[in-house]
Amino acid sequence: METKLPPASTPTSPSSPGLSPVPPPDKVDGFSRRSLRRARPRRSHSSSQFRYQSNQQELTPLPLLKDVPASELHELLSRKLAQCGVMFDFLDCVADLKGKEVKRAALNELVECVGSTRGVLIEPVYPDIIRMISVNIFRTLPPSENPEFDPEEDEPNLEPSWPHLQLVYEFFLRFLESPDFQPSVAKRYVDQKFVLMLLELFDSEDPREREYLKTILHRVYGKFLGLRAYIRKQCSHIFLRFIYEFEHFNGVAELLEILGSIINGFALPLKTEHKQFLVRVLIPLHSVKSLSVFHAQLAYCVVQFLEKDATLTEHVIRGLLKYWPKTCTQKEVMFLGEMEEILDVIEPSQFVKIQEPLFKQVARCVSSPHFQVAERALYFWNNEYILSLIEDNCHTVLPAVFGTLYQVSKEHWNQTIVSLIYNVLKTFMEMNGKLFDELTASYKLEKQQEQQKAQERQELWQGLEELRLRRLQGTQGAKEAPLQRLTPQVATSGGQS
Amino acid sequence: MAGAAGPGTGAGAAGGDGDDSLYPIAVLIDELRNEDVQLRLNSIKKLSTIALALGVERTRTELLPFLTDTIYDEDEVLLALAEQLGNFTGLVGGPDFAHCLLPPLESLATVEETVVRDKAVESLRQISQEHTSVALEAHFVPLVKRLASGDWFTSRTSACGLFSVCYPRASNAIKAEIRQHFRSLCSDDTPMVRRAAAAKLGEFAKVLELDSVKSEIVPLFTNLASDEQDSVRLLAVEACVSIAQLLSQEDLEALVMPILRQAAEDKSWRVRYMVADKFSELQKAVGPKITQDDLIPAFQNLLKDCEAEVRAAAAHKVKELCENLPIEGRETIIMDQILPFIKELVSDTNQHVKSALASVIMGLSTILGKENTIEHLLPLFLAQLKDECPEVRLNIISNLDCVNEVIGIRQLSQSLLPAIVELAEDAKWRVRLAIIEYMPLLAGQLGVEFFDEKLNSLCMAWLVDHVYAIREAATNNLMKLVQKFGIEWAQNTIVPKVLVMANDPNYLHRMTTLFCINVLSEACGQEITTKQMLPIVLKMAGDQVANVRFNVAKSLQKIGPILDTDALQEEVKPVLQKLGQDEDMDVKYFAQEAMSVVVQRLRKLDLPVKDCDEPSAPGADKNHFLRPRGPGEDAGKGPAYQLCVNPRETLAHPEIVGLVHFSQSRD
Repeated sequence: METKLPPASTPTSPSSPGLSPVPPPDKVDGFSRRSLRRARPRRSHSSSQFRYQSNQQELTPLPLLKDVPASELHELLSRKLAQCGVMFDFLDCVADLKGKEVKRAALNELVECVGSTRGVLIEPVYPDIIRMISVNIFRTLPPSENPEFDPEEDEPNLEPSWPHLQLVYEFFLRFLESPDFQPSVAKRYVDQKFVLMLLELFDSEDPREREYLKTILHRVYGKFLGLRAYIRKQCSHIFLRFIYEFEHFNGVAELLEILGSIINGFALPLKTEHKQFLVRVLIPLHSVKSLSVFHAQLAYCVVQFLEKDATLTEHVIRGLLKYWPKTCTQKEVMFLGEMEEILDVIEPSQFVKIQEPLFKQVARCVSSPHFQVAERALYFWNNEYILSLIEDNCHTVLPAVFGTLYQVSKEHWNQTIVSLIYNVLKTFMEMNGKLFDELTASYKLEKQQEQQKAQERQELWQGLEELRLRRLQGTQGAKEAPLQRLTPQVATSGGQS
Repeated sequence: MAGAAGPGTGAGAAGGDGDDSLYPIAVLIDELRNEDVQLRLNSIKKLSTIALALGVERTRTELLPFLTDTIYDEDEVLLALAEQLGNFTGLVGGPDFAHCLLPPLESLATVEETVVRDKAVESLRQISQEHTSVALEAHFVPLVKRLASGDWFTSRTSACGLFSVCYPRASNAIKAEIRQHFRSLCSDDTPMVRRAAAAKLGEFAKVLELDSVKSEIVPLFTNLASDEQDSVRLLAVEACVSIAQLLSQEDLEALVMPILRQAAEDKSWRVRYMVADKFSELQKAVGPKITQDDLIPAFQNLLKDCEAEVRAAAAHKVKELCENLPIEGRETIIMDQILPFIKELVSDTNQHVKSALASVIMGLSTILGKENTIEHLLPLFLAQLKDECPEVRLNIISNLDCVNEVIGIRQLSQSLLPAIVELAEDAKWRVRLAIIEYMPLLAGQLGVEFFDEKLNSLCMAWLVDHVYAIREAATNNLMKLVQKFGIEWAQNTIVPKVLVMANDPNYLHRMTTLFCINVLSEACGQEITTKQMLPIVLKMAGDQVANVRFNVAKSLQKIGPILDTDALQEEVKPVLQKLGQDEDMDVKYFAQEAMSVVVQRLRKLDLPVKDCDEPSAPGADKNHFLRPRGPGEDAGKGPAYQLCVNPRETLAHPEIVGLVHFSQSRD
């Protein structure tokens, strides 16, 4: 049997750290996979190597573009583009240094040329350009080094081939922004499939790459009208997968940033498709664990929507209340921040619709044992616009929050919170002294009623439980006499068991 | 309030269905609507009780419509509802009425939250089996069709899971429709739906007629396996296992294998990973011939894949793959076609690959037999025992038993020992903990002599580790060793060393003696406990550190059952009484607790209990203060305790600064 062994992997010099990312310092807790993984320099860990195996051709420097007569320019350009389509293994820092340098120089020249020279972008070069870009940027992203990658805590893995990739992205961007660029020609090559692959790259762990992608997708959206709906649809697929199937996608913040500017440009009245995107995609995005990474962009999108169409406010606020964090205080603070942003732009007519559930939630936040949550909620009363809304609807808002505020003012462990609540209560007292006095008077009574209700509930369930047991006995054994079933369920029925 | 009034008013109205009227539906629905989510959740979880109270008819006509109308609740409540409804058939009047449950479940199957939807589908699948054939066609199949053509992706993904349960019982005309619906979902516009369809493709194929599998499922499979999204393609690999089982070798070769080959070389590592991960299932499904011709070369490629994730997944499957090869010719295949690749993996650059391999490689020795193991595998084992990554070494050590059966462990002991010693002294305490756990196993295989000579000192060194978890594990390890090597061995080797530590200047070490006694006393039996251990424990009752003293009380409670009555009466009781008067309240508490146990035991032995002050009292003390110490009583941690460093200990052991519990002065 012939067995093909892979050729011994090309040796890497251990002392050439130039391109591989510097491993971050070890975590204190020693044994987790991640720290062990990092202790070692990575070598065979990128998909770029996969493609590299197929070619080993030598690159020779071509004449400079500016040195040839105009008649030969496009022929040379084509050859340069082909040269830039050759891929190199960047995990092996010392391999083929000459080839890498030739490609880098060629890319630099291309960037320069497409950005400054008019008349370069003629129709025949489009396919070559798109082919060169596709070969370089489209690749299956490698598996994450760290399965529990936390974008806030951990150092990202940087793309090893960035020295070339950056130039390719730069070239792509200048190509799109060139005054000679003709979308009508390019749309034959920049098609749906192209866009889909572009979107997949947003999962890259390298923030520099995502930054380029963001600008590029933004230009593509701007120039290719025919792709707009498709881009929006694919974005929402990415988000839905991120929310409901696989809570991992690195480029959510970038995509949301683009969407923010897209939403800004929506024509009025809003299409159903856009409203659905808000309600079924953007609002559920709040439930994701890693919300903090993209919350600013998300909140911006939501507020953009509300500024376009105030009638969506009720939907949005009820949605946020539905996804209100139950255990994560950090997220709760973010929700409160977003809610204040929404209240800043809310119309009084909309406020009336949601004031009661909203302020019950605010009251729950005030009673949070985490003082930052309580504090953030109490800051609502420092906002003059919100305060004026509260004042106008005092008769609804005050009863919704009074009980909790009153109780927390006596029980909260944190003095700052207690004094803030005291201020709020004072504001209420000044706002409507009569109502305040009434609520104070009825507070005790309500507490008693609550207790009584709880007791009644307990009795009800106890009764139901006994009934269930009797039914079970009834079906198992002989039929019970109807009289027995009628005996009051309180104490006597206990005797049957 | 209505609930309380219920029994009185309802008594007269009790008719055929009994006491329904005891509980007006309004009251029950109020409970289901309570403002407090937790109360709502509680009510939903007892939905069956409510239904029972209402009786079957009112459940059907009033409760279910209410539930159907109010599905806008918290996902948690909806999840509980979806679960409940799956077991509701009896409560609505049996199979004839099972279809009443479909409307609320249909709504639940369309909600956004995946968990709720999945549960609703599960309940629907359950209920489908309770439908009569007629009801299935009249009610269930239309529901599936509605879901399959729903507007939003959620209902269409839910539909994917329902085809296979209704297909086998449907008439031919309906069957064709069902297939048609499934086909269209496989090419749905949204990737979420295509993923759901791909995930259920195998299950659906199993209930189809063979002709339809060939004419319809295979093309669907082909399409999904070349989908533009890798998340869809990788699910097709899973379906491949089921489909392959249904087809003849010929069809398999012609229809499925080209796709599988392509998947094994997919440009996305996720798809290749899936192939590696499902390799054993695939191997069984395609049979030995195709395995030999196709899968082995594919496996070789996976073992040298450029992504470590794929290599690790493949390395995990090495043993299973080899085991499942037909016995005839197995050895040659492994030696010629698998082993060379394994050798490469032993020095892989990625430690996860190496550690995956290390966790299965020992299993090969039973397959290859003694000679091959010694000649070919042993060098690999030895190399891995020296690997720089502790996980690799641990995985080898933890699987020593496989090799032991084939060639005995002696062959390895030369390399084994340095590996164990190094792991035993690893800077990371979790590594040390892991190796401790293998000690009893190693001791069993290496024998007592080897153990005494080489490993015993390690086991004793762990007792004074600076990490509590290691000391704790070390004490348990001693117990297991005693169980293996016997009492005599314990008496000669272990017990003296443990007891010497009672005089250690470090109170943590003194406490370790007590912890050892706690676990060893039972294994060692009454004699050793009474003669050797008890005196030491009693002596320690005078320790100056309160933590030691109350651990003495706890130890006495623990070893009490092993001691005879004389020892209890004459020696233990007086000491506990003294500790019961201790100035430290924790010592007092534990002494009294121990005392009550001892007294109970004496009573059981039917001896008159003399001069015992209030044996029932100990519990009383408990209520005076919160007990900050849990069962693990390393250094006292509670905020109520003062930070105090015993000066003597500080001098002797400057590196150990514990929060020593401090005798409280009462002023």
